Amino acid sequence: MSRTFDRRDFLKVGGAAAALAAAGCATTGGAKGRVVVIGGGFGGATAAKYIRLWGSGIEVTLVERQTDFVSCPMSNLVYGGSRTMKDITYGYSALGRYGVQLVRDEAVAVDTSARTVKLAGGSNLPYDRLIVSPGIDFMYEQIAGYEMAMRDERVVHAWKAGPQTVALQRQLAQMRQGGVYVLAVPLAPYRCPPGPYERASQVANYFKKHNPRAKVLIVDANPDVTSKGKLFKQAWADLYPGMIEFRGNSKAVAVDARNGIVKTEVEEVKGDVLNVVPAQRAGNIAVKAGLVNANNRWCGVDWRTTESTAVKGVHVLGDATLSAPGMPKSGSMANQQAKVCAAAVVALLSDREPLSDPRIVNTCYSYVSDDEVIHVASVHELDASKKTFVAIKGAGGLSSARNTLEGKYAWSWAQNIWADTLG
Amino acid sequence: MRISIVFAAAALAAAPLTAGAQSAAAQWAGTCAMCHGTTGHSMGGNEPLAGMPQDELVRKFKEFRSGAKPATVMHQISKGYTDNQIEQIAAYFAAQKK
Repeated sequence: MSRTFDRRDFLKVGGAAAALAAAGCATTGGAKGRVVVIGGGFGGATAAKYIRLWGSGIEVTLVERQTDFVSCPMSNLVYGGSRTMKDITYGYSALGRYGVQLVRDEAVAVDTSARTVKLAGGSNLPYDRLIVSPGIDFMYEQIAGYEMAMRDERVVHAWKAGPQTVALQRQLAQMRQGGVYVLAVPLAPYRCPPGPYERASQVANYFKKHNPRAKVLIVDANPDVTSKGKLFKQAWADLYPGMIEFRGNSKAVAVDARNGIVKTEVEEVKGDVLNVVPAQRAGNIAVKAGLVNANNRWCGVDWRTTESTAVKGVHVLGDATLSAPGMPKSGSMANQQAKVCAAAVVALLSDREPLSDPRIVNTCYSYVSDDEVIHVASVHELDASKKTFVAIKGAGGLSSARNTLEGKYAWSWAQNIWADTLG
Repeated sequence: MRISIVFAAAALAAAPLTAGAQSAAAQWAGTCAMCHGTTGHSMGGNEPLAGMPQDELVRKFKEFRSGAKPATVMHQISKGYTDNQIEQIAAYFAAQKK
């Protein structure tokens, strides 16, 4: 575990667990069963924890292949230099306090008839209900030359926080003075709509201090900045004048890493560091389990319960789902969907009706400098007839301007969502 | 620990709710947790909600909604909840040990 709780934190969380365990006993109505969760990110880990909180008679096993959780939210701050990898890394051990059984292994197959999950280590885990929260995998094949260039470590996506985050940080530090960093953004939907523009801001923030003649060139498959456009552009103009160039309608189709070239549908651009983010789809295990039924990319779900529309008894969470209208692929959303899922799983295992009026909230913070933040927020309610969530009109919105108060709240959001998910 | 269990049990006894209603309140209150901590036990920064008296939380929430209380984001999020949901969310947090 890379983060250590102090005693005060431990007592706080312990108190929360005890209080809810008490409330939980009263609410479960004797829910019993075995739940297996594949994937310990914002979706899966939260679902595992909350099923135990709300249904203490249910056995929950979480299958996760990584030793530690490395957070995508806040990972762009590693490039800007205000945070380190250690700051965004969190252990899994605290979930044990809630009675979640953690299996450090990789799920390699799901038999949805026999209701078992096969692990790389060889064993099979039986389930009554399965939750699949695999995140994304990449459609490398859509960009010619990508996989070879990535193997040679000449191009990274760094769109999963971890070794590629470290690699990109090193490439930026080693870039020649006055060089060009190219960030290629795929067509929406992709993981974290404002993420590319936060990254551009943080790389410019780094350049401003260490490489002031360097440039950031964004080639974006979308026509314009996908999220918080006005706020990002204002920040770029004020904080990094002349450093960040945005070119829309510029989908990357090929990489020639040896010559430092990204080919888009309209031109070839040259760069010293190539950060090309491919299009994405539901993670591999969702494909193997037969859960991908939308555009050959995403998993359709009934949002009242998050149960798959392809396979009964299996729920899907997070970025892998076919997002409801206005629902971004974000850590916030996955954490919130997980609670809809947890409530539904506890109800279904208690022979109760799932909730008819669940709510979910999205709050996405983006740092445009070391301490200034802009947000976008939304609240979503269930449209039962359409089995989907819809954004509530009049609720949610954007920051009026970038500000340092939200810089503090954004870091607090991170502390709280990490703890809500993992501890 | 014993105190919290007694307290939670007393709160539940005072307002008898069906399992479904309790579950709904827990789910709605769960939406607050990513900023305010699991069961309102904040890790710091954002205001802890656990143990806040019900009427205080309802009042603050409605002041955010009307714009009377300055906010960075709560004036926007508070508009996504009904009065009934606010009452039940506040009751849920009031029943949590500080």
